[in-house]
Amino acid sequence: MCLAVPGKVLEIHHAETPLMGNVDFAGVQKQICLEWVPEVKVGDYVIVHVGFALNTIDEQEAEETLRMLKQMGAFDDEVR
Amino acid sequence: MKFVDEYRDPEAVRSLVTALRAATTRPWTIMEICGGQTHAIVKYGLDALIPGEITLVHGPGCPVCVTPVELIDRAVAIASQPDVLFTSFGDMLRVPGSSTDLLSVKARGGDVRIVYSPLDGLKLAIQQPSRQVVFFAVGFETTAPANAMAVVQAHRQGVKNFSVLNAHVRVPPAIRAILSSPANRVQGFLAAGHVCTVMGFEEYLPLAEEFHTPMVITGFEPVDILQGLTLTVRQLEAGHAEVENQYARMVRREGNPAARAVIEEVFEIADRAWRGIGLIPDSGYRIRDRYRAFDAEERFAVGHIEARESPLCIAGSVLQGLRKPHECTAFGRECTPEFPLGAPMVSSEGACAAYYRYKKSAHS
Repeated sequence: MCLAVPGKVLEIHHAETPLMGNVDFAGVQKQICLEWVPEVKVGDYVIVHVGFALNTIDEQEAEETLRMLKQMGAFDDEVR
Repeated sequence: MKFVDEYRDPEAVRSLVTALRAATTRPWTIMEICGGQTHAIVKYGLDALIPGEITLVHGPGCPVCVTPVELIDRAVAIASQPDVLFTSFGDMLRVPGSSTDLLSVKARGGDVRIVYSPLDGLKLAIQQPSRQVVFFAVGFETTAPANAMAVVQAHRQGVKNFSVLNAHVRVPPAIRAILSSPANRVQGFLAAGHVCTVMGFEEYLPLAEEFHTPMVITGFEPVDILQGLTLTVRQLEAGHAEVENQYARMVRREGNPAARAVIEEVFEIADRAWRGIGLIPDSGYRIRDRYRAFDAEERFAVGHIEARESPLCIAGSVLQGLRKPHECTAFGRECTPEFPLGAPMVSSEGACAAYYRYKKSAHS
């Protein structure tokens, strides 16, 4: 039920209330409510649940997680 | 797909398994609270990759599973009324009530429809003003703002023929109930990433401190889960009990304030009964008085319901992490996803369905 999937914002329909937009999920496009991510821009990624964007995805944090991951791997190389 | 593929990378998985092995010197019991994570763990075989010292306990984070049987019976009764168009997420249709399920109501000619979003239910109400459209509003905090938004929009647009049958539950009181139980053996938690995307993680800080239990907010891909486990084990080994955020690409400390505001607008915190577990104080949401007109329980007088559970089903023990699905005598025999005795065999998040789909051959 709490399944949420990342998608890329293709269009934002600023005139609509609540704020809606066209979001691409690896080739499938859907109309998604963007009311809770008012700062979102075309090209941003959002995490979508039952037709609503719950948040924008923080690309810097995503990179930080992957960097931390590499550190964990590097740490393993040392202990092996 | 960006933000998915890199978190399923086999190299990253291998290096994390090594990191987890290096971090683990003693036995630890860790609960993943969310059924979505249970499915990822079983689907990707992560439970077979992790060190033998770590026991994973599957939590009750499956809203379909914990919706009380009385409420399923109520949904069946409402959906059976001739002027009603009953809308729901697909998972709820096969959940067994005392004597039947929503899919059977549909098979007998009832107008029961699966929708992707609560706004689709509202749209149907606008298109068919002569009919009563009901949406079965189940879910944790992840889904609560979406369902609240449907109510707010119905109110704003003056849609009189739309209502919701509310079954909302909240995670932190369930964690408190698990940690307060004398039978508890959980020492650390993977907290649910998408619940925290909405709510943030400030509610978890006092829980981690009071019960001296580490809680790591974790995502849903294999790399997320292994990283979450590694962070949890490192805390346990060091004697720490902090809230850490593995899922920082989605989860901010304060969550999403706009989504939280719409929950607050429509719902207030209330006690709620969980199927198989019982009443947990403050563990749900009820619709505030100002939106009572949209509460399907108020709109449809169904009367007293005498709820009955299958005597074979051990869903309560499975949901509390006391027993594993394959320890049930009915598992894969009397109880299958096609003919479920209990809700965890139905849902895409239920532990029994995960074991049936991905592990059946290993246990047969």
